[in-house]
Amino acid sequence: MHTPEETLEEILNLAAAHFKVPRQKLTPDDDFFKTLGIDSLQALDLLTRLENHFHVELPDYELQGVSDFRTLAGRIQARL
Amino acid sequence: MLNLDQYSCLGAALRDALERWPNETCLIESDRDKEKTRLTYSDFKELALPLARALEDAEFKAGDRAAIIMTNQSKWLISAYAIFYCGGVLVPLDYKLTAVEHLQLLAHCQAKFLIVEYYLWRAIMQSPEFKNHKIQTVLVTEAPLGADLAGAYRWEEFRRKGDPEFVSRQGEDVACIVYSSGTGGRPKGCVLTHENYLEQCKSLTAWYPFWPGVRYLSILPTNHAIDFMVGFIGPFVCGACVVHLRTLRPEFVRDAFVRYKITYMSLVPMVLKNLERGLKAKFDALSGAQRFVLQKLIAVNKRLTRRRPSPRLSRWLLPQVHQAFGGHLLALFTGGAFMEPSTLQFFYDLGIPVANGYGLTEAGTALTLNDFKPFRADSVGKPLPGVLLRVLNPDGEGIGEVAVHSKTVMSHYLDDPELTAETIVDGWLLTGDLGRFDGDGHLQLFGRKKNMIVTEGGKNIYPEDIETVFDGLPVKEYCIFAANYLWAAKKLGNEMLVLVLRLEQGQEFNDKLKDEMAVRNRRLPDFKRVGGYVVWEKDFPRTASMKIKRTVLAEEIGKILGRAALVEL
Repeated sequence: MHTPEETLEEILNLAAAHFKVPRQKLTPDDDFFKTLGIDSLQALDLLTRLENHFHVELPDYELQGVSDFRTLAGRIQARL
Repeated sequence: MLNLDQYSCLGAALRDALERWPNETCLIESDRDKEKTRLTYSDFKELALPLARALEDAEFKAGDRAAIIMTNQSKWLISAYAIFYCGGVLVPLDYKLTAVEHLQLLAHCQAKFLIVEYYLWRAIMQSPEFKNHKIQTVLVTEAPLGADLAGAYRWEEFRRKGDPEFVSRQGEDVACIVYSSGTGGRPKGCVLTHENYLEQCKSLTAWYPFWPGVRYLSILPTNHAIDFMVGFIGPFVCGACVVHLRTLRPEFVRDAFVRYKITYMSLVPMVLKNLERGLKAKFDALSGAQRFVLQKLIAVNKRLTRRRPSPRLSRWLLPQVHQAFGGHLLALFTGGAFMEPSTLQFFYDLGIPVANGYGLTEAGTALTLNDFKPFRADSVGKPLPGVLLRVLNPDGEGIGEVAVHSKTVMSHYLDDPELTAETIVDGWLLTGDLGRFDGDGHLQLFGRKKNMIVTEGGKNIYPEDIETVFDGLPVKEYCIFAANYLWAAKKLGNEMLVLVLRLEQGQEFNDKLKDEMAVRNRRLPDFKRVGGYVVWEKDFPRTASMKIKRTVLAEEIGKILGRAALVEL
């Protein structure tokens, strides 16, 4: 079982690897659209990567209105 | 297809379509790699009529308004048909709005019924404004067992036996109220008649017909004018099939092309660019020799399809590219937001024609569209049959405001005669978009006269709709503009919103204020956010009732501050 902190940390690591940015550039409260320079479709791509990693299924609407890693981690944690 | 000249309302046309092609598949719904639903026209009727009967029994009468808030799925179309069957007025609301915005628009249109997906209803129930809603009956789809629905009914159980009575409507009767903007205070509810839709359908299918066996992949929201027409009404009156996906992840969209042998799809620039990125990455991964051969084949295809598309030839020349799109694709449609000509050309050269068009909710689905005779990457096409366009007060380069006269133009804005009178003048709808016709009758767009932006995701964003999020910002006053409204660019693209700040006397702009702005900006959905700010040194001009004179202020800012004064937020 992941703690919320572990979930958040793993999301940051995965996002950094997926979008090929240095991990230290990302912080939990970053607006990932801005920091990663991605659009909402690329964010959905990330969601797939996270689903595979955490073995959960997340409907697209879980990302609606979410733009920072901390909130995203909360949504995933709730389904673990 | 059905002869639409013989119908006065959408309900009658749809009813006859269900009778005409009972065994054809009309809807497929897929969730990831699993198919959830596959319905024939006969199945569709079997699901819709008990709902229509239940609506009728619940006193839903001709002219009553019923809103739908749902992601694209079969229940959306089944519900819409049941509403039309009863002679009702459909109010399709954007599922991406917030619960507060949903409640605002539901109150504005005085919806008597609401059909809503569970996760959206859950958000609406949690809204502080929820207790004030006046909706008589709410139907919730896909609610989990035991969920508290606050008095709403389960859509799946809301059905009655017995034949409902079909209620016919006249062409001038209202079919839909579609909100083009206005969640920030002045809702713009476009009142569209049955005649508007039937005429739109006739003109679009004249150029791009559907027929039984055609499969349309519906990924734009069905509440949007385009998908409502080409992802529902158009295919249905031609006996074609609509494919819905419950997730819009790019990987599943790509899979759907192949699995369902898609014929047509409408998309926004963001999706097209995503597909372009994916293809280019695959091309880059080829060996040098493979890339060389591919480039040669693309060049041959380009030369041989110069005059018109030739799907068979392109599929033969570039089989792997076309297999990735299912091998049956005839065209993609795009419009609304600025589309890079280079992207359109990229796809055309591969034998995948993208028809770029132009339209606005107030004037129906589309006004112009490319007809590929021949393909043009630099225009939004020619006026569709029955659409008259003219350019008002053209400047030295022939650029002026585009006005439209067509049977597809809305009747009026709901409860706003003043705005209607400003927008429809002597039977011509003023679009607020700047354009010019070239010698071949193609329309080219050069920016906007109106203060709004269209995002790459195809969303129209009006500054007035997002200003409230900055209420309480510690400055003397502020206002939001589209950058191209302040600094006329005479082109589309690079659209962004700008926050104009007037500081208190003696106040200095500092990091604390900037942080506060950023925090508030992030409360907005990502596509609605302000992109930059400028500090303005004078008080805003205001009317006697203290409203900001936006046009005057924009002109002053445009004259005094250059675009270089813009700071990214």
